[in-house]
Amino acid sequence: MLTDIVQATIMGLLTGMVYGLMALGLSVIFGVMRVVNFAHGEMMVVGMYLAWLLFERAGIDPLLAVPLVAAALFAAGYGLQRGLINPFINVAEHMQFMLLLALSIIIVNLCLLIAGPDTHGVQVDYMFDSYALGPFTFDAVRVYAALAAMAIAFLLYLFFTRTRIGKSIRAAADNHTGALVVGLDVPRLYALTFGVGAACVGAAGALMILVVQAQPFLAIDYTLLAFVIVIVGGLGSMPGALAGGLLIGVSESLAGLLIQPSLKSVFSFGLLILVLLLRPQGLFTRRG
Amino acid sequence: MLTVETLDLFYGDAQALDGVSLTAGQGEIVAIVGANGAGKSSLIRSVHGMQTPSAGRVTFKGADITGWPSHRVCELGVGHVAEGRQIFPNLSVLENLEMGATLKRARGAMAATLRRVMALFPRLDERRRQAAGTLSGGEQQMLAIGRCLMGQPEMIMFDEPSLGLSPTMTQEVFRVIRALHEDGMTILLVEQNVMASLKLAQRGYVLENGRVVLEGTGQALLDSDRVRQAYLGL
Ligand SMILES: Nc1ncnc2c1ncn2[C@@H]1O[C@H](COP(=O)(O)OP(=O)(O)OP(=O)(O)O)[C@@H](O)[C@H]1O
Ligand SMILES: [Mg+2]
Repeated sequence: MLTDIVQATIMGLLTGMVYGLMALGLSVIFGVMRVVNFAHGEMMVVGMYLAWLLFERAGIDPLLAVPLVAAALFAAGYGLQRGLINPFINVAEHMQFMLLLALSIIIVNLCLLIAGPDTHGVQVDYMFDSYALGPFTFDAVRVYAALAAMAIAFLLYLFFTRTRIGKSIRAAADNHTGALVVGLDVPRLYALTFGVGAACVGAAGALMILVVQAQPFLAIDYTLLAFVIVIVGGLGSMPGALAGGLLIGVSESLAGLLIQPSLKSVFSFGLLILVLLLRPQGLFTRRG
Repeated sequence: MLTVETLDLFYGDAQALDGVSLTAGQGEIVAIVGANGAGKSSLIRSVHGMQTPSAGRVTFKGADITGWPSHRVCELGVGHVAEGRQIFPNLSVLENLEMGATLKRARGAMAATLRRVMALFPRLDERRRQAAGTLSGGEQQMLAIGRCLMGQPEMIMFDEPSLGLSPTMTQEVFRVIRALHEDGMTILLVEQNVMASLKLAQRGYVLENGRVVLEGTGQALLDSDRVRQAYLGL
């Protein structure tokens, strides 16, 4: 039994790393622009479909497709922010909500139109490989997806701490007026931020297709999941998003083992409610 | 260097600037004096493109910059030490300074400018890795000035740089402004310390309810009854 629990925890941690990357995208967008991306799960699903398409049509392994999918989502996110979301930056939140909700509905229905309601997965040749360590086994696909997610999160960290544009984005998030005062092109930085956030979630989608089959209606689940993770981890906190991803990954996995797989999200939402009641600033943020 | 012609600015229905005109010549210190809410900050923000005037014209170095976004105005050599300092509290001191030098005009020479700024404000050098929000008020003001210098401006607009500072720190701010002036910097100075700023300035303008009601040399303004009664309490 203990072995099973440890095994499930490890599985949860591996999936949780991909969840963390997904939530990171949401957190970055919110942290910088205070825009809640209600189409986040939809972007995740678009990432899954793109990776699936590249695999089916061009035989590109999802792991290798990650940069392509991320680039496509970056471009889409950048354009979307410039054209559609930027005019809504300073309006009431419910109007932003309507805009992004409309966007999410359009995305889901485009997916339906193009790929149909059936599930689509990828059959990579290492699909059933696994690594054994003592009594535990790790699915190769999960290990690769998790490692890739961590590598991308690390690249993101380097981007925000080492590059001029990354630091400028943090500056604009820290003090909007200050950013204008020093002559930062804030609208452009916002578009880049939305692009980066979309690229994160797109990459997470491309990795997720290794372990989950794509289906349009997954989108709403992922949107909710990303919200849960970001709120549990602390709104706008990047380490919080990663840690929240791990926590939710483990909680889902343990719930699947101990209770029933179909009840796994009950656990996550239970955790969400507990956090909102007891520590509304999130588990992993220092200041309230 | 800077010409502002009959500028009007509205916030909704409320008029903040009403036909404001002023000039600042190369190397001049020009003081802007006025009570709370007179429109001093609005004037500076309009020059900087952070506010869009509804009428009038702003030219800098001969270019009509009316309605330009602030990053383009900065790129032309306009620096701004804003009201409330507007530093980046969660970024380190060094990162704050780097943000001042993201302008294309300043990027190339960043290392050299940084050495100059650190020499001017040794306190910032000591605290370069510290989050800017943890600095004292005076240090934050030094940072705001240093960050502005990182952009290699040809004109600096100071908006109440000594507000809330101790007398020693206030003197330090004035010392820096004088030093910049001696190096040939064009300066627009808004200060609640009217006496000190008019003494330092070659020329000045008195702003009331969004209008220029008086202008002249610093000394002439210091001698005028209006300034003596309303701003110096004499
Ligand atoms: N963002 C804004 N929205 C609406 N009204 C504003 C805004 N900023 C300033 N005002 C109004 O415009 C007028 C001029 O304000 P401004 O800040 O330019 O004055 P100021 O001379 O800088 O005053 P202070 O000495 O208090 O800094 C004031 O009546 C102020 O209330
Ligand atoms: Mg002011």
